Amino acid sequence: MSDLNTAMTAKYRNNFLKEVEANVEEGEWVKMCMQCGVCSGSCPLGKHWEHPPQEIFMMIRAGKRDDVLKSDSMWMCTSCYNCIVRCPRELPITHIMHGLANYAKRMGLAPKSQPTNQFSQLFWDNMMKKGRVNELKLGLSLYFKDGFGDGVKNAMANQQLGMNMMKAKRMAPMEIIGGHSLKDVSGFQKMIKKAHEIEDQNIQDFS
Amino acid sequence: MTEVIATNQTILVVGGGISGMTAALEAAETGKQVVLVEKRPYVGGRVTQLYKYFPKLCFPTCGLEINQRRAKMNPNLTILTLAEVTDLKGSAGDYTASVKISPRYVNDNCTACGDCEKAVEAEFDDDYNYGMGQRKGAYLPHSMAHPLRYVIDPQMLGSEDAQKAKDACKYDAVDLDMQEETIEFKAGAVIWATGWRPYDAAKIQPYGYDRYADVITNVEFERMADPKGPTGGKLVRPSDGKEAKNVAFIQCAGSRDRNHLYHCSRICCMATLKQTHYVQEAWGDEGKSSVYYIDIRAIDRFEDFYRKVQENANVSFIKSKVASITQSKDSGKPVLNGVDTEGYNRYANEHDLVVLAVGMEPSVDPESFPVEIQLNREGFIEPATDNGGVFAAGCASDALDVNRSAQHATGAALRAVQVVNRVAGTEG
Ligand SMILES: Cc1cc2nc3c(=O)[nH]c(=O)nc-3n(C[C@H](O)[C@H](O)[C@H](O)COP(=O)(O)OP(=O)(O)OC[C@H]3O[C@@H](n4cnc5c(N)ncnc54)[C@H](O)[C@@H]3O)c2cc1C
Repeated sequence: MSDLNTAMTAKYRNNFLKEVEANVEEGEWVKMCMQCGVCSGSCPLGKHWEHPPQEIFMMIRAGKRDDVLKSDSMWMCTSCYNCIVRCPRELPITHIMHGLANYAKRMGLAPKSQPTNQFSQLFWDNMMKKGRVNELKLGLSLYFKDGFGDGVKNAMANQQLGMNMMKAKRMAPMEIIGGHSLKDVSGFQKMIKKAHEIEDQNIQDFS
Repeated sequence: MTEVIATNQTILVVGGGISGMTAALEAAETGKQVVLVEKRPYVGGRVTQLYKYFPKLCFPTCGLEINQRRAKMNPNLTILTLAEVTDLKGSAGDYTASVKISPRYVNDNCTACGDCEKAVEAEFDDDYNYGMGQRKGAYLPHSMAHPLRYVIDPQMLGSEDAQKAKDACKYDAVDLDMQEETIEFKAGAVIWATGWRPYDAAKIQPYGYDRYADVITNVEFERMADPKGPTGGKLVRPSDGKEAKNVAFIQCAGSRDRNHLYHCSRICCMATLKQTHYVQEAWGDEGKSSVYYIDIRAIDRFEDFYRKVQENANVSFIKSKVASITQSKDSGKPVLNGVDTEGYNRYANEHDLVVLAVGMEPSVDPESFPVEIQLNREGFIEPATDNGGVFAAGCASDALDVNRSAQHATGAALRAVQVVNRVAGTEG
């Protein structure tokens, strides 16, 4: 192709698809979608998605960056893998959805009040404290995420469950004070911070 | 003992479908000696099981009759039915074939009068109708079968019924002592025309072909539409025999799918477009067809056919690969679930009957070729020079329609003729 041709086609190339290919885990698969729709029809939670996976793939190709990354759709994925099993082109759809959610979060565009997003943040913060997940505290922070009043209500409602779990040694009440931990917590935190930095450096800018 | 006179200048054709017949006749009509080996008790292959042909909506019986007449008139052509090539040794210009011939239990005296059929009671699944319905243990595979001779089902052997068939025959044509035999003969070139088989629909788990009686395949629908078929041409629901007026077609059922067949069979879109005509023909404006598709592949000249079907208000097109089929608790009818691509609308549509447009896969498993041959990923024969004097014809080489199969078969005949001409040149 002549330089002019190359320049003209480049003009019509869609940056968002390129951005997804470069920065989103498994994003290079998006262009393989042939829009058959079997993923959307196979998703057990499909009707609760604002945009089913097939539509998300089309929106990426159409360059709808904000609409995709601000969407709560990919946060609805429960990893049931029905879509992956049925996709005639073997796209790792579940993984792409998680990749997109993760990337949206990184870009600060993920919907703040989306419950899966909120829970993921709670889980992360909890784990970062000691390098281990403190299930008791995680449970409590989930109960109290919408304020003190709701928290008490949630806790009361699940009282029996909590007691049973303790009896069955599925929940350790002493975890409330401190809780179990890695030996070198600050080393762990430094390692994660470094990993974050490396990942950030790898994010390519398409703006 | 069956005798076949053959030399290194003989052309062996394996498979007597429309491709094998075409290749055999084209070669025989140039004056070459041809032996055609067919596994079934009759020639014609799968087109004998079609009701009408796209694109002209004419009857396959017409072309079949022409070919069968050509075969009868040609002294250069020997047809062996109920026969299979079990071994092939040698190289181009000098092959030795072993052919196993199964007993028909009916000899040349047969006039197809049908007395044996009337005399017996035992019935078996009718493979000609893909197992929809039964036929007698003494049977003519279909009304235009060539050779026009009855067959005794080996499952009936040793029973009283077999004896009844023998006793009923006025021509001494029933021979219950016939034995399987294996014969060997020479050939200079081989045309491999073993054709295709429909993809096993039961493997597409979400469509429930093995669970729901009212989910059938396109090949079964061909039989159902045929007035000589198992329902006498009535489109009915296998579950309760009621009228099937609202028919769904699912395209790419097990095709273009890395979980099933990788390839596009090319003909299934046209087969479905043709079958919407059957629905229209049967019920007039009350007959409704819904075609669920990824994209319609009506190749080259077939585009016109597609356009005409699109203009029919009784045919709707839903751009969506159906995700699953369930059964309505109220009506017991099949329900198609999915999301369409034109607006991302979620649907759960009930239909009387669902036809899975399954694709074609090679009829011979890669492991069971009696000869070293180059196959592609899908199991079709490659046009490789390594294949020596063995040439594929028709659907043994790719998923093709009848027109393209016949063209391809004619090409294969020419290649085979070239090989035996070379032999004739050296042998003098
Ligand atoms: C639903 C459907 C509808 C169709 N409708 C149309 C249509 O309307 N128009 C059209 O043009 N095409 C149509 N086709 C395509 C058409 O059926 C094929 O093009 C045609 O059957 C190809 O013929 P063939 O001879 O290559 O294969 P086949 O018809 O499969 O013939 C192969 C023959 O080889 C024999 N054989 C197999 N293995 C052996 C063996 N080991 N030894 C000896 N013999 C063997 C078989 O018994 C058979 O007789 C349709 C296909 C489908 C699925």
